[in-house]
Amino acid sequence: MNVIPSRVEGCHYVSLKVPSRDPSTSLGMLMAGRGALVILILLASAFSSAADPIIIGSKKFTESYVLAEIAKRSLENAGIKADHRQGMGGTIILWEALRGGGIDVYPEYTGTIAEEILKQPGASTTQIRSALSAQGIGITDDLGFNNTYTLVMRRDRADQLALKTISDLHAHPELKFGLTHEFLERHDGWRPLSARYQLAPAQIIGIDHALGYSALAKGQIDVKDAYSTDAKIGDYGLVTLIDDLKFFPQYKAVFLYRKTLSSQAAHALNDLSNSIDEARMIRLNSEAERTKNYAAAAQQFFGTTERASPFVSETLRSKLLRWITRHLELAGISLLLAVVIGLPFGIIASRGGPIGHTILGIAGVIQTIPSLALLALLVPLPFFGISARTAIVALFLYGLLPIVRNTASGLQDIPKPLRESAIALGLTAGQRLRKIFLPLASRSILGGIKTSAVINIGTATLAALIGAGGLGEPIISGLNLNDHVTILEGAIPAALLALLVQFLFDLLDRILIPRGLRL
Amino acid sequence: MNLEIARVGITALIGPSGCGKSTLLRLIVGLVSPDTGEIQFDGERIEPDTIMKIRRRLGYVIQDGGLFPHLTARRNLALQSTLFGKNRDEIEKRIAELCELTKFPSNGIDRYPLELSGGQRQRVSLMRALMLSPELLLLDEPFAALDPLVRLNLQRDLKEICAQLRQTVLVVTHDLPEAAFLADDIVLINEGRIVQRGSIADLRARPANEFAREFINAQRSAVLV
Repeated sequence: MNVIPSRVEGCHYVSLKVPSRDPSTSLGMLMAGRGALVILILLASAFSSAADPIIIGSKKFTESYVLAEIAKRSLENAGIKADHRQGMGGTIILWEALRGGGIDVYPEYTGTIAEEILKQPGASTTQIRSALSAQGIGITDDLGFNNTYTLVMRRDRADQLALKTISDLHAHPELKFGLTHEFLERHDGWRPLSARYQLAPAQIIGIDHALGYSALAKGQIDVKDAYSTDAKIGDYGLVTLIDDLKFFPQYKAVFLYRKTLSSQAAHALNDLSNSIDEARMIRLNSEAERTKNYAAAAQQFFGTTERASPFVSETLRSKLLRWITRHLELAGISLLLAVVIGLPFGIIASRGGPIGHTILGIAGVIQTIPSLALLALLVPLPFFGISARTAIVALFLYGLLPIVRNTASGLQDIPKPLRESAIALGLTAGQRLRKIFLPLASRSILGGIKTSAVINIGTATLAALIGAGGLGEPIISGLNLNDHVTILEGAIPAALLALLVQFLFDLLDRILIPRGLRL
Repeated sequence: MNLEIARVGITALIGPSGCGKSTLLRLIVGLVSPDTGEIQFDGERIEPDTIMKIRRRLGYVIQDGGLFPHLTARRNLALQSTLFGKNRDEIEKRIAELCELTKFPSNGIDRYPLELSGGQRQRVSLMRALMLSPELLLLDEPFAALDPLVRLNLQRDLKEICAQLRQTVLVVTHDLPEAAFLADDIVLINEGRIVQRGSIADLRARPANEFAREFINAQRSAVLV
């Protein structure tokens, strides 16, 4: 057993210290001597055959987590190092990350590939394979189960209305639908489905997948979309409505992988084909949700006897430390950037005119881009991918407006007599700015920085959607598991951090705002 | 307008609001630039290239002082000299000199402007303008915001200081008694033009036109009331 932690330790070094693979490497680490780096890599290689781990991504729902863990185990069994970036935000981000090389593998479904990725509804397996191949992406044979979309209801409610098929819903427009945001938007989702079945319910709300289950259980909604292999269908005793018009395509689970993977790795993934049937997948999902441990479910798949547990579960303290450190890193670096860039732009903007208006306009527009959309826009760009870098840039962009706007307005609000006195004293423009104008605007500028900092702490939880870690990791994972304890493991530290930051900035005000302005 | 002023002594610019008397000072300091014509200071034309140098030879005081609220009185005084590279001892010596000259209480020197009274603020403002021993001191309604008693004291002290320093001063005011008290040379301005120039006795005895008569009479009756 003693060997195990050190092995984990070894993996850890590699994932942190190899810049080409993990762009999240912090500056300090990059500055560490090259020699030390080489030694670390050599040391780490001693524990595994490849220095560069294969990065596996997963979407933020249980089955995706579990399949990714299974892929990881399968690769590791073949002697290939692998890392799991879990719970990233949605199909588009994973697909772009895969194409861009941010991840090497992720579990996907054939229906989603045809409908959403290739936009070729009803494409055959061969067509899918060749279209993906043209983009440098390989696909395994299917894993043995079809996880199609389905509509589910509480059994008592369905029985009461004698509902068996989706067609039966047509006669009950009074039913409340709670659908996931992705399902509402998908090409194979709600809109074509409702057109096909002529459904026009009075009330449709968009709700997170896991939260939707508890809303359904509490009777707050009547109908919800589900994956046919969701463990919760069994756990909550729900009824699956029959897709009598055969609307939903097949969603066979597969792994997508970059063709640059070694044939050995591709083999290890392909070995998993036809190894999981629907019943088994439901059991694995249920196991994951029961134990709140995806790795444990994967372990069950490989059989517990196969290996003495190589997964040392991290203590809460060390997890918290890791999340908080990363969270502060994300929020801190992005804030620093926002200050360094925002301040000069704020100064320029304070002079008004077309340039000033343009700067404030652009900063304002950036603020209105939904965060997930901004992440999805950045992920495909070559420099970004799924990394802390992308999260930092997104946070930086969101942090910009308060700083630019407060700097500009703080400078503009300086009374004209003071402005003119500074000029009349014969000070140069630079001296006026440094000695007079910036100190006079300091309260407003610091207010902007404080707003940015608090916003950044909050928004940084979204970084987990692109696998950049931080306190969003337990929040998203907990949302998915509908596990309040896990959610709070992220939410409470995040709230405390925001308060702490607020408090520190209040202290900073006392240091940085000249006393004469605080009288 | 063509105006030459005496090297020593106080010249007052007087006239109704909006007549252009303050604008004249702002033109000299370079806060506005002339649409036509030119302003010369000591034979040098005031324009963007020369203005920075010329400003250092001028002192400028405005109505509410224009002191920087984030700096103590001392640092308000020292700011300009420090940036122009004067050494600390020299600056401290000059501040002490000016405090005595302007009768500024020594315990107020390390206070912030908001901790000083209106009259004290104007004294600091005057000291700041005098720090570099300017060739020309420009005062734009320096006492307008003060209550009468404080104003009277300051007017008296200003006159004394300027006499001691043999300072060239151009003071803008709309208050004839103030102009009469401070200056031997009064310039009456209306709508951007010089209406009349002379001592208060001249202005009273021989107003140049109807406007001058009205302006002087209006001010006289105001004083009587």
